[in-house]
Amino acid sequence: MKNILIIGATSAIAEHCARLWAARADALYLVARSEERLQTMARDLAIRGAAQVGTYCADLNDLQVHANIIDAVEMALGDVDIVLIAHGTLPNQKTCEQSVEDTLMEIKTNAISTISLLTIIANRFEAKQKGTIAVISSVAGDRGRASNYIYGSSKAMVTAFTSGLRQRLHKSNVAVITIKPGFVETPMTAEFKKGLLWAKPATVASKIVKAIDQHKNEVYVPGFWRLIMYVIKAIPTNLFNKMRL
Amino acid sequence: MLIHGWGNYPKIEAEVMNPLSVASSKHAIQKTPIIARGMGRSYGDSANSQVVLQTTYLDHYITFDAVQGTLTCESGVKLREILNLIVPKGWFLPVTPGTSFVTVGGAIASDVHGKNHHAAGTFCQHVTSITMLLGTGEIVTTSPLQKPDLFHATAGGMGLTGVILTATIKLIPIESAFITQKTINTGCLEAACDAFEAHTKSTYSVAWIDCLATGKSLGRSVLMVGEHADNGGLNLTIKDPITVPLHTPAALLNSMTMRAFNNTYYAKAPHNKIQTVPLMPYFYPLDVIGGWNKLYGKAGFVQYQFALPKTDGVANMRSILSKISQSGQGSFLAVLKQFGPANRNLLSFPIEGYTLALDFKMSTTTIELLNKLDDEVAGMGGRIYLAKDAVMRETSFKAMYPNWEQFDAVRQKYGAIGKFASDQSRRMGLA
Repeated sequence: MKNILIIGATSAIAEHCARLWAARADALYLVARSEERLQTMARDLAIRGAAQVGTYCADLNDLQVHANIIDAVEMALGDVDIVLIAHGTLPNQKTCEQSVEDTLMEIKTNAISTISLLTIIANRFEAKQKGTIAVISSVAGDRGRASNYIYGSSKAMVTAFTSGLRQRLHKSNVAVITIKPGFVETPMTAEFKKGLLWAKPATVASKIVKAIDQHKNEVYVPGFWRLIMYVIKAIPTNLFNKMRL
Repeated sequence: MLIHGWGNYPKIEAEVMNPLSVASSKHAIQKTPIIARGMGRSYGDSANSQVVLQTTYLDHYITFDAVQGTLTCESGVKLREILNLIVPKGWFLPVTPGTSFVTVGGAIASDVHGKNHHAAGTFCQHVTSITMLLGTGEIVTTSPLQKPDLFHATAGGMGLTGVILTATIKLIPIESAFITQKTINTGCLEAACDAFEAHTKSTYSVAWIDCLATGKSLGRSVLMVGEHADNGGLNLTIKDPITVPLHTPAALLNSMTMRAFNNTYYAKAPHNKIQTVPLMPYFYPLDVIGGWNKLYGKAGFVQYQFALPKTDGVANMRSILSKISQSGQGSFLAVLKQFGPANRNLLSFPIEGYTLALDFKMSTTTIELLNKLDDEVAGMGGRIYLAKDAVMRETSFKAMYPNWEQFDAVRQKYGAIGKFASDQSRRMGLA
């Protein structure tokens, strides 16, 4: 049995990961913004077999509460084996372009708050010389594109930060896993037209849980996105500038 | 977003609401008329409307009593998920349709039936309570004892009374994740119906029928009866389906290939053989091929399922089967089943007698043929399954479902009129 902290637990991808962990009788601690949805989810996961389910309602943009969250989970579960950081928003690119305030707020949600949490968690795991940290970044962080570079640059920061953190914690027996999902059918992407490249959250979650079990470094989910992003990154900038992506 | 039912006909552009919790669902019905939508597994247009409320994220368990066998869950939970939870604990669904890819809400709205209808009735006869969102924005609980008029209109009510949010289901105990199946070949329709009669004590019974056979062999069938096994363990194996990625050219399914399939199927069926088979392939044989509906090509198909009263049922079935056989348009898959008594739900499909389900590739001649068949079925006191219908006319519907007026009266009483409607309900002339 593993003790698992899930931050942004009500996100569709995180919830499906939680269901897989519940089915294997792990103990879970959920952090999210909506108390109602946390309670619904906690009840559900207990029925699915979770050994224990704790909840913590918090707005993660309130950076002051981050340390309290980690204290609370250690109080509830004892040592944490796995942390999954999954919270985030999909900014409205067009609105953000016209507003410094909106842009910085989105960067705070998608990058700064994650980095704050990572810093606290990394130090605790480093002291204990064990633990696994998995963070949901995005393929969007691989190259900034006109259509969503605010989200993309936030995720690029998360990707680069986790890359450095992974290297730092390698000698401390702490695994850091950067997860880069492609298009996933979630409430966050409800407005988008879906096609062949889209994956279900349950599919993505099973790949994430597997990657965490195997202590992968950086995974694209589904895997074909590694190839797609390889191609996108390889496009010469002069050509890239003329494309609509 | 482009939406359609399992038959890929008809397709419409719709605005999709995705409530994330039961409590917030009332904000999702600000634009009306709206219709709730689960897996989109009804075949025609019963979950099609300009605005739909998708229950994908209302998919949580609320309580599961593994001692008493009662489960309460949100309406977007899929039967497939439930099996995963309950089978290893020694429980099974009291009634299950032929696919596990349906939601609890959809199963209630269509009041689905299964291979045990003759003994167990429909799905809703095992639903002890429903909470639902009314057109007024109020969330209420209904059961056979609590607002019974609302319950009997909602069970089988095609989502037209409100949005089903949660339900409590009484499960049945099992000792094994296997079924003991016996196969019986019958040479014609009369023999098939006699065989059903001889096996009314069997828990499950269903027949595959060859609609393309004519003359003396008209209605030749393979009857499959089944019982829950008492050994083999409770481990459930759920495999992900193999997906049909693209629409196949419709020409691949023609009378020649279908006849060949049916001949092979009939010839290969092991007569009087007893086998033990796992639950999943027994109840959900087509679930192993994800997207089998695409085999009918882009134009889509209609699954035509009708029920005929027991009196003169066999003769009437023969008459309709002959017409289908003559048309040369019937089907890849045809299923015959004996129904037990009807229930009290106003628009529930099953009536005591026989039911036949078969697929038709979509075309203008198909609609003409089905309209003619509808007239025949209505004349015989029979009816069409609303969960599969895509083309029935208002006159046929009102003749087949005489309770429609009472149904609309209940909708009026609970504030559903003008709030909940589908393309199907509009076609059928419901308010």
